[in-house]
Amino acid sequence: MIRVLRLIGVGVRTHVSYMSRSPIEITFAVLVPLVYATLAVYLFRAAGDPDRLLTASVGAGLMGIWGSVLFGSGGAVQNQRWLGTLETLVVAPTPLALVLLPITLATAVIGTYAMGATVLWGVLLFGVPLDFAHPLLFLVAVPVCVLALGMMGLLLAATFVLLRNANALANPLDTPVWLLSGLLVPVTVLPAWTHPVSWALPTTWGARAVHAAASGGDVTTPLLTAVALGAGYALAAVLVLGRVERRARAAATLALA
Amino acid sequence: MLAIEADALRRTYTSRTGWPRSRRTETEAVRGVTFEVKPGELFGLLGPNGAGKTTTIKMLNTLLLPTSGTARVFGHDVARDPVAVRHRIGYVFGGDRGLYDRLSALDNLRYFAELYGVGARDQKRRIAELLDLVGLVGREKERVEGYSRGMRQRLHIARGLLHHPDVLFLDEPSIGVDPVAARDLRRTVADLAAAGTTVLLTTHYMAEADELCDRIAVIAGGRIRALGTPGSLKSRVGDRDVLDIEAYGAGDEVIDRVRRVPGVRGASVEDRGAMQTVSVQTDRGAELHAPVLAAFDGVRLGRVVSREPSLEDAYIAIVEEAAGSAAPEEVPA
Repeated sequence: MIRVLRLIGVGVRTHVSYMSRSPIEITFAVLVPLVYATLAVYLFRAAGDPDRLLTASVGAGLMGIWGSVLFGSGGAVQNQRWLGTLETLVVAPTPLALVLLPITLATAVIGTYAMGATVLWGVLLFGVPLDFAHPLLFLVAVPVCVLALGMMGLLLAATFVLLRNANALANPLDTPVWLLSGLLVPVTVLPAWTHPVSWALPTTWGARAVHAAASGGDVTTPLLTAVALGAGYALAAVLVLGRVERRARAAATLALA
Repeated sequence: MLAIEADALRRTYTSRTGWPRSRRTETEAVRGVTFEVKPGELFGLLGPNGAGKTTTIKMLNTLLLPTSGTARVFGHDVARDPVAVRHRIGYVFGGDRGLYDRLSALDNLRYFAELYGVGARDQKRRIAELLDLVGLVGREKERVEGYSRGMRQRLHIARGLLHHPDVLFLDEPSIGVDPVAARDLRRTVADLAAAGTTVLLTTHYMAEADELCDRIAVIAGGRIRALGTPGSLKSRVGDRDVLDIEAYGAGDEVIDRVRRVPGVRGASVEDRGAMQTVSVQTDRGAELHAPVLAAFDGVRLGRVVSREPSLEDAYIAIVEEAAGSAAPEEVPA
């Protein structure tokens, strides 16, 4: 167990360091959510909801984390292919799930840059007051949400191992998931038939916890639900990864060509 | 127990093109490869581009599933028991890729040490040993993106050796490496083999294979065409003499004319900028200087040297004969 935790710790540190040293990746991780945040603040103002500007900033931050996990998980596996490291990772005796989990967690950690950037952007540009309902719980909720999303990313990464053009799958998943998860607007405004899908996404519960910590409400229950769902996704990923790896070895998709 | 056993290994790649009606194309990269490598042996796999060397290595190191046939590493089946195989093997390939180039060598080695299950207590000592072995002491904290290709290659080798593998797969490790770095690399590989590590090496450099390998398999068109010691392979062309002729502008028609000279067994061309070196294999003692040079009619020639056949000549002869040969041939040592 200690070895596993150590492996995850070293893996996350390695991949966060690697991703943080790419100026273009950091620029995108910060800039795209700022565009979301600007749009969100104007939308909320136009809707006559000026009291919920912090919700807008935090929601945009969550969209940034999700975007980072989604494109990061697809991009990370694809990047490992480009770097030629996917084969060296797979040929290591460590189970593939434990190789990929630190990568997806690292993408979620990189996504937290977005949360910091959007909150700061709101304060500096729009004068959004930092009146968090539960400031300490907010500081807990964000990393736990990141963990849950990272675990969800593992399932995404599992499918991306099989696809040489993983980014093609990531693009159409971006908007529907943040819409269905209530990252910016509550899921209650969506048609009732979408609700079961929303409830099945860790992003929904993570977002609910983070929004509750920012604006008030129960934080613990959605937070624990997000972790439990995230763990479920991670378990599903572990279960399918053995088969995925075998298929990748059969289909020769571990290398670029 | 044998270190590596490959028995009738085959691998077919399937690709699909076109939409909505996709067309399925199958390429047979390896067509029934059989060989054995003893523990501590340094075994070479030589062949032209696309011969099936890398595919064979990737089946043996568990990255690809064989389409049919079996392979074992120290008794572990590569298809059914990949984790047991991975504990005992290291994999190093040539070129610039395969490392985290925005990180330092130390960060790369620490990360892979975790992945290869090197204990926390042993990591520091093992990494220091390997940095010393590959001559990167003092440069280990620099980012890999600033490394020369030779340094990257040495780091690759250090990565592949972190967990003391019993078998090391080296897939063209000296590709693009300068002569001094290549010599150091050969010394490192020879030291590893001397210390008991089984090495399976693929390379395009015949001198490297001749110097290092205990036995060599020549693979072409997905099949093993010859297998034996470097000496036994060279003896295949022992009944020949070789003329190396420097030429400037010898086209295909000239080389075909040379090949048609009675007593000429084969000819190959190596381009070196404006100059070409044409190696002509002739029957031993046939004294074909005059008719061969006459076949170069109108082409400016430089030095002409007569020499004993080398492993490269044997290799070229085997590969050229490959088209007409169906079955692999075992050459007695």
